[in-house]
Amino acid sequence: MSVAHRVTGTGLYLGTVLIAAWLVAAASGPAAFDTAQWIAGSILGRLVLFLYSFSLMHHMVGGLRHFVWDMGKGYEPQTRMAMAKFTLVISAALTILIWVVVLATR
Amino acid sequence: MAEFNLPKNSRLTEGKAWPKPANAKNVTEFKIYRWNPDDTANPRTDTYYVDRDDCGPMVLDALIWIKNKVDPTLTFRRSCREGICGSCAMNLDGKNALACTTGIDECSGTGKAAGRVTIYPLPHMPVVKDLVPDLTRFYAQHASIEPWLQTTTPAPEKEWRQAKDDREKLDGLYECILCACCSTSCPSYWWNGDRYLGPAALLQAYRWLIDSRDEATGERLDNLEDPFRLYRCHTIMNCANACPKGLNPAKAIAEVKKMMVARQV
Repeated sequence: MSVAHRVTGTGLYLGTVLIAAWLVAAASGPAAFDTAQWIAGSILGRLVLFLYSFSLMHHMVGGLRHFVWDMGKGYEPQTRMAMAKFTLVISAALTILIWVVVLATR
Repeated sequence: MAEFNLPKNSRLTEGKAWPKPANAKNVTEFKIYRWNPDDTANPRTDTYYVDRDDCGPMVLDALIWIKNKVDPTLTFRRSCREGICGSCAMNLDGKNALACTTGIDECSGTGKAAGRVTIYPLPHMPVVKDLVPDLTRFYAQHASIEPWLQTTTPAPEKEWRQAKDDREKLDGLYECILCACCSTSCPSYWWNGDRYLGPAALLQAYRWLIDSRDEATGERLDNLEDPFRLYRCHTIMNCANACPKGLNPAKAIAEVKKMMVARQV
């Protein structure tokens, strides 16, 4: 889970570059923005967006887990196993929730 | 810095398979890391077969059986055979543990390696020979946290008194036997072991920080106030999973970090 936190953190770092590129395209004019939108809407683009959203949720929930630890709590073996499972389940659930809402409201 | 490939002369090769014991009905396979500083050969993994009907239940029993009956050159540290000296810490089936308190059946592999016990020295330490790691730096780091009582008030006529509640704060800390299972399971210690003190030394640091009789708390915290010594702990938790005494270095380190914050506010 420690490595998963680092991997998603690196994913967010790279994903932020893509978001910056998307914003640059939006600022450059309609033609560039249409291209960016087309890329983001393609199957590959959506897959990247899906992974980015999962990374964001996983890293956020993992961050809360570290927050609990930084307060000196949650170090017992059962608690830390439960927190690891909780991180996976909640981040997956939040990602699915985001995509259900996005796909339903477009 | 992280290294992903071993240097050429450190790459592991397939070693020799030693003969099976004659007329043995109940045999377990052991795959053991071998390296000899006196020749130029690469490290290898030798295969041994242990007659379980002639051998005790623990991994250390099997190692001693191999040394006595098959291969006297097999080298490992051991002393108390009851989990109190910490000498026989090694990597058993991928987990750091004491060979004397781990049953052979507890660490035989699964899947392709089913029924086979795989033994390596403690990870990411220089090897002296076979299963003997060089722990010089590990002990120096323990010494650097000055693990003894430090006081400024004159010594009392008899002993330093301690309240029952204060004594209880040392439970879960004083039991550490410095076997190095925790530190050598920690990725942060693998990558930055030269500057990060590692879970074992930090647990000991906390043991003296929280001791009600010790009067050097400020100096001790000053000594740890460093980007590497203390703060390379990223709560990975391998230490707490590895500890054969069931201690929790990660929690002790968190308490030290809390003390660091507490003295600033």
